[in-house]
Amino acid sequence: MIPEDLRTNPLAAAFDDLATTAKFAFDELTVEIAPAHIVAALSRAKHDLKFERLSTVTCVDRYPAEPRFEIVYHLQAIAAGQRLRLKARIPGEDPAIESVFSVYRSANWYEREVFDLFGIRFLNHPDLTRIMMPDDWVGHPLRKDVPVTGTRY
Amino acid sequence: MSDPTDSAVLTDGGITSEDEVQQDYERHEGTKSGTRSMVLNMGPQHPSTHGVLRLLLELDGETILKAAPDIGYLHTGIEKEFEVKTYQQGVTLTDRIDYLAPLSNNLVYCLAAEKLLDLEIPPLAQWTRVMLAEFTRLNSHLVWLGTHAIDIGAMSVFLYCFREREEILRVFEMFSGQRMMTSYFRIGGLALPHPRGWQKRVKDFVEIFASRVDEYEELLTNNRIWTGRTKGIGYIPLEDMIDLGVTGPMLRAAGLKIDIRKDAPYSSYEKFDFEVPTRTENDVFARYMVRIDEMRQSLRIIKQALEGMPSGSHQADAPGIVLPDREKMKTQMESLIFHFKIVTEGFRVPEGEVYQAIESPRGEVGCYMVSDGTQKPYRVHWRGPSFGNLQAIPKMIEGTLIADVIAGLGSMDFVLGDTDR
Repeated sequence: MIPEDLRTNPLAAAFDDLATTAKFAFDELTVEIAPAHIVAALSRAKHDLKFERLSTVTCVDRYPAEPRFEIVYHLQAIAAGQRLRLKARIPGEDPAIESVFSVYRSANWYEREVFDLFGIRFLNHPDLTRIMMPDDWVGHPLRKDVPVTGTRY
Repeated sequence: MSDPTDSAVLTDGGITSEDEVQQDYERHEGTKSGTRSMVLNMGPQHPSTHGVLRLLLELDGETILKAAPDIGYLHTGIEKEFEVKTYQQGVTLTDRIDYLAPLSNNLVYCLAAEKLLDLEIPPLAQWTRVMLAEFTRLNSHLVWLGTHAIDIGAMSVFLYCFREREEILRVFEMFSGQRMMTSYFRIGGLALPHPRGWQKRVKDFVEIFASRVDEYEELLTNNRIWTGRTKGIGYIPLEDMIDLGVTGPMLRAAGLKIDIRKDAPYSSYEKFDFEVPTRTENDVFARYMVRIDEMRQSLRIIKQALEGMPSGSHQADAPGIVLPDREKMKTQMESLIFHFKIVTEGFRVPEGEVYQAIESPRGEVGCYMVSDGTQKPYRVHWRGPSFGNLQAIPKMIEGTLIADVIAGLGSMDFVLGDTDR
């Protein structure tokens, strides 16, 4: 359900059934999607709304607020020159969300990076392994409860 | 002590009987010669991988069957470091992400923060940002051309390019005091006002550079060895490139006229008259021609900036955010207090999130900044163009020869600092 004041925005209205909330700030539209519907939402964005490009997939750790993790997808429609931000909030306990690789292949490495640095499992990802940290690293460095000096020494 | 003639020790589980030859052949069915494929590690330390990129190549002779890039060797946790530095301190981190285009990085970070702060940047600062961003594009393309050419074997081009790059680095040094990690763009404008005599240095550069680009073309464009090594090599279908996250000159060499400077102009780019070069052949040679033409267009922009540079302040009118004039700081109490607060505490940025993207020499560089209302960013995510571009490597090189890998990697113009952060 998107808020009343954004119902006139056609882009926000297109996600009305899948969204939990939306906001428009600093000239950018952000739509928050329920995690279970994320593949459907991105699929709709790509095929129906012509957002051909996925710029980036990233995560924001809102520790200690719950749901803890916000997975953020930035999309771009090349022809229309529009950008869109989709978000999904997932809980901190065993965080997992469906991978969007089946919709956008560029999500491959971005989701690996989020898995590596935040510990979010992406279900049905073709190759969910660490990408930045060494393969035998323990822990997820970008989480807020890991100090900037690291946990190694 | 095991017997040295014991075949299990010597051959380490290798082929020792006719049955095993047959089984091994069946296992590797598909390779032309019926023998095993070899996994070659094009290791992180390799002059042609342009940084610490590791490529695992499964080869059949010289043909690549499968390729798997392995990155992360230059990961330094920059995104985490942003969270413990104030916004202004973070500018120095951005230089080091894409170290061949430091001013582009400064620019995207500053634009993102200025969007959150809703600052109006004076025209002098905007035009200087455009001029130096184009100098950065030239800087990056010259390094790209020099290293790409030397990988393929054209050694003189490297020296020619770096000769021009010296002049550009001197311009950077004149403005910011630094050749490479300039940190010259700050939130609110520029770090320092224009140095005396900058017009002469930029004018001297502008006068010689056009003929220098012609010199590079003379060495390469109609050179049979160059065209033989680059034409028809490194093809990736356009839809695949877009779907895999590629941006920048690679898309333009495939015919797509996409350039953030034109599509969503920032920092007064709309006031400049320039073209976006495109080609359609979508091979290494086309990408080379696109970047050469981009160098010429950048020169055009620099000329316009030199001739039309407005006058005025180099910083926005925001006393709590930009540092006060040095002389005022030494004589007026209010300026001293502002200076002290900005340097020690930093300034608060309103809560919110922005994604700012600009056209770096490599493609779309984006800064996703999340602020929680305090003096330090809550989260900064850097969308490096090379991270997206590298995802297309397997698509580009599978089925080609090792020599084509070198040409293809060069045409992609990635930088591992951008990728790994």
